[in-house]
Amino acid sequence: MPQLLLELFSEEIPARMQAQAARDLERMAREALSKEGFLPEALKTFAGPRRLTLVAEGLPPAQADRHEERKGPRVNAPEQAIEGFLRSTGLTREQLIERDGVYFAHLHKAGRPTPAIVAEIVEAIVRNFPWPKSMVSGTSRLRWVRPLKRILCVFDGEVVPFAIEGIESGDLTEGHRFMGSREPIRVRDFDQYQDGLARNFVVLDPEERKERIMDAARTLCFARNFELVEDEGLLDEVAGLAEWPTPVMGEMDPAFLDLPPEVIRTSMRVHQRYFAVRDPKTGFLVPHFVTVANIEATDGGATIAKGNAKVLTARLSDARYFWNEDLKVRLEDRLEKLKGVTFHAKLGTMYERVERITALAETLAPFVGADKDKTVLAARLAKADLVSGMVGEFPELQGIMGAYYADKEGLDPAVVAAIREHYRPQGPTDDVPTEPVAAAVALADKLDTLVSFFGIDEKPTGSKDPFALRRAALGVIRILLQSRTRLPLKTVASPDLLAFFADRLKVLLREQGQRHDLVDAVFALGDDDLVRIVSRVDHLDRFLGSEDGKNLLAGFKRAGNILKAEEKKGPLPSGEPVPMSNAPAEESALINMVGHVQLQVEKALTHEDFEGAMRELANLRAPVDAFFDKVLVNSEVPEERDNRLRLLVKVRDAMGRVADFSQVTG
Amino acid sequence: MSEKPLSFQGLFLKLHDYWSRQGCTIVQAYDVEVGAGTLSPMTVLRALGPKPWKVAYVQPSRRPADGRYGENPNRLHQHHQYQVILKPNPPNLQELYLGSLEAIGIDPMVHDLRFVEDDWENPTVGAWGLGWEVWCDGMEITQYTYFQQVGGLDVFPVAGELTYGLERLALYLQNKESVYELQYNDEFTYGDIFLANEQQFSAFELEVADVATFQRQFQDMERMVPEILNSRGRQGQSLVLPAYDHVLKASHLFNIMDARGAIAVAERQSYIGRIRDLCKLCAEAWTAQQGENA
Repeated sequence: MPQLLLELFSEEIPARMQAQAARDLERMAREALSKEGFLPEALKTFAGPRRLTLVAEGLPPAQADRHEERKGPRVNAPEQAIEGFLRSTGLTREQLIERDGVYFAHLHKAGRPTPAIVAEIVEAIVRNFPWPKSMVSGTSRLRWVRPLKRILCVFDGEVVPFAIEGIESGDLTEGHRFMGSREPIRVRDFDQYQDGLARNFVVLDPEERKERIMDAARTLCFARNFELVEDEGLLDEVAGLAEWPTPVMGEMDPAFLDLPPEVIRTSMRVHQRYFAVRDPKTGFLVPHFVTVANIEATDGGATIAKGNAKVLTARLSDARYFWNEDLKVRLEDRLEKLKGVTFHAKLGTMYERVERITALAETLAPFVGADKDKTVLAARLAKADLVSGMVGEFPELQGIMGAYYADKEGLDPAVVAAIREHYRPQGPTDDVPTEPVAAAVALADKLDTLVSFFGIDEKPTGSKDPFALRRAALGVIRILLQSRTRLPLKTVASPDLLAFFADRLKVLLREQGQRHDLVDAVFALGDDDLVRIVSRVDHLDRFLGSEDGKNLLAGFKRAGNILKAEEKKGPLPSGEPVPMSNAPAEESALINMVGHVQLQVEKALTHEDFEGAMRELANLRAPVDAFFDKVLVNSEVPEERDNRLRLLVKVRDAMGRVADFSQVTG
Repeated sequence: MSEKPLSFQGLFLKLHDYWSRQGCTIVQAYDVEVGAGTLSPMTVLRALGPKPWKVAYVQPSRRPADGRYGENPNRLHQHHQYQVILKPNPPNLQELYLGSLEAIGIDPMVHDLRFVEDDWENPTVGAWGLGWEVWCDGMEITQYTYFQQVGGLDVFPVAGELTYGLERLALYLQNKESVYELQYNDEFTYGDIFLANEQQFSAFELEVADVATFQRQFQDMERMVPEILNSRGRQGQSLVLPAYDHVLKASHLFNIMDARGAIAVAERQSYIGRIRDLCKLCAEAWTAQQGENA
């Protein structure tokens, strides 16, 4: 079956936008094709520095004919309505079909040739492409990320003819800007296309470009007994900057190696997009770097290596200047400057934030088991590096630079570590600070963010979370759980914020494979101690996995249903169930057991012995089953009925001390 | 690179030659202090309106805060930008640009040339565009922009702007570490010609300039711009060009006060906003004079 090949060839597309563009192209094409009744056997898209490419396999030469029955007005409807229906369907009255007093039109839509449809689809995609930023150029009104130069569109070996704002479709593409023939290449299908590009020094597939970079860069390092410092984000970016990526190794002045390695690596990555290189034996950086060029230079890359080294020298000279200047000022003396830094228009300056964090950290220290003085000092100095020269240049080094400066001042290692670690965890895969002082400051940092933004009603909505509050909440949760810190969150969080924590915890537990109905069942109890909540969820999960648990849950549901039905009729009888003289043995047995279980559950819960509490609940299973088996709750004798309802309420309440079983779905 | 690299003077003469062959009008630098080649009315104003325009010029650009008394090898109170404007930008502007690099001796099969995303904006003139920094072996040598707005108005047809940093390019071509060592021509070094300027202007702009006077002058300029715009020439037109000169003067006065450390962080935005408002007035008056803007 025929193949569709589309290439949108433009001037250089920003690297950071390419991957999303490939996904958008795929999504838009799939949706548009399926709307026209096409289901391609395979559809793939590629993005690179100068092109977006789509190949769809297995499209028919033409759309299938389509039949449709459309319902019209009633036969006795006003004449106008019937005429309107005839106009909209293009049929005559004789052609309509009558059924149950209603007119129906049978429409036959002849399928159109696929190329005609493709032309419309491509135009719609080009005109509506969701670039994060787009522009116009020259005298054209067409918006694209950068000027669009060519459209290659071939279906089944033939050009699909159309034009968009003066750009005519064709079967020509271009290879590398400087290498290869530098002539347009004519192609009729995807294989020719990919080959033609490869022969003209363009690697189409971004994954292949990445492999090419990694292979060559590793080889360059290996040849000199070095090791590449791998960096996934950087790799993605450089793979989007070159069509024929060619790693080149350069040298730098070894004198710069006395700068912190984070500074060297950040300068290389942020300013120059270079990979750093280290000695695999020591792990230390060596005075080399790998840049990824877009050509195989005729001099073997010597000029490129030299030029890049010169630029790096200038960059690192700047970095050294900042480092030396920063070391002249103590962190403590920088605090004053934080008064000039706005944290948020409604939340005051960074200085005020530091004061809040410090107070909060002091409160939290005993909960985490951290030394109070060290915690207060670390919290006070944690943000001081924000006004240092180096962090001004490289914001991503916040915390890291502060720790270096604190260390140079001879501050306590726990304080140094806390300054460095307090932003962590920065994402779901980042480690959490474990050392108590660091954990206390990290908690205070995040809790202040959460409390402050909730205080001014800046809560995340839908996909919008501009202040990364979800990440902050998740960070708090992970630190508390990891350090098993027993912090009653109600002491710092408003009911709103508490509900937000509950949501985040649910998401976390769900991701860890925990049933979210169990989380709900535990949250319904209103606890605010995350460690206890998680432990309870764990035990509940295990309990409900056992035979006793499952059967007891069934019994609970049955009791719940009966009580619910009775509640509709009127208030349930209050008071304790009493042993009645002529009661069945099963009723008396349950009364005894539930009384006993209730006491034991309470005892276990005071020790947070959830396993014990569940074990006690399990004792209810047999008497509950027997009760439902042998005893009719809805007795005709009102006293019996009331007593049995009281008994069921008591069973429900006893179980409700452990979890809200009504929230359990399974 | 050829055997003997281009001198500083040779560099801009080559670019003049190249761009005049591409149909650009070569004009002389604008004679009011500007912080960048873009700010010349040959760019800011001419980019607006429906008329085609092709121009190239060298613009000495003053950045008082960057003055280093002639002691830093590449930070200058005044550097030189080579500015090219093509409106509407021709479809092959990238190829034309790369041709200019070959003309000054940068062989694209030896040097690594890249177009790296850079969205340019200049808030003081309410201008922005999309384009790239052009890198040669990791060094930014040109700012390449498709203007989308200037003075808060849409630019259509679109103007393409190329801004080459001449000192940087020359340092690279001549393989020198310090601008002062550059050969300006066969007879003089860059230092022979500009070192005294750097020394004196750095001292003036960083230490001597009287802030109170400059503040007064800034207010004068701010007052005068609308007055000039509201005056009429003999052909009945608004006096946009002289008014815009006063916007440039205000901008330069602000830059000097900033270099003197006389602008508080909180005031900065307000100053920039005031200059932008003046610039917008000029842009609107200019566009009205040029006939309908897109």
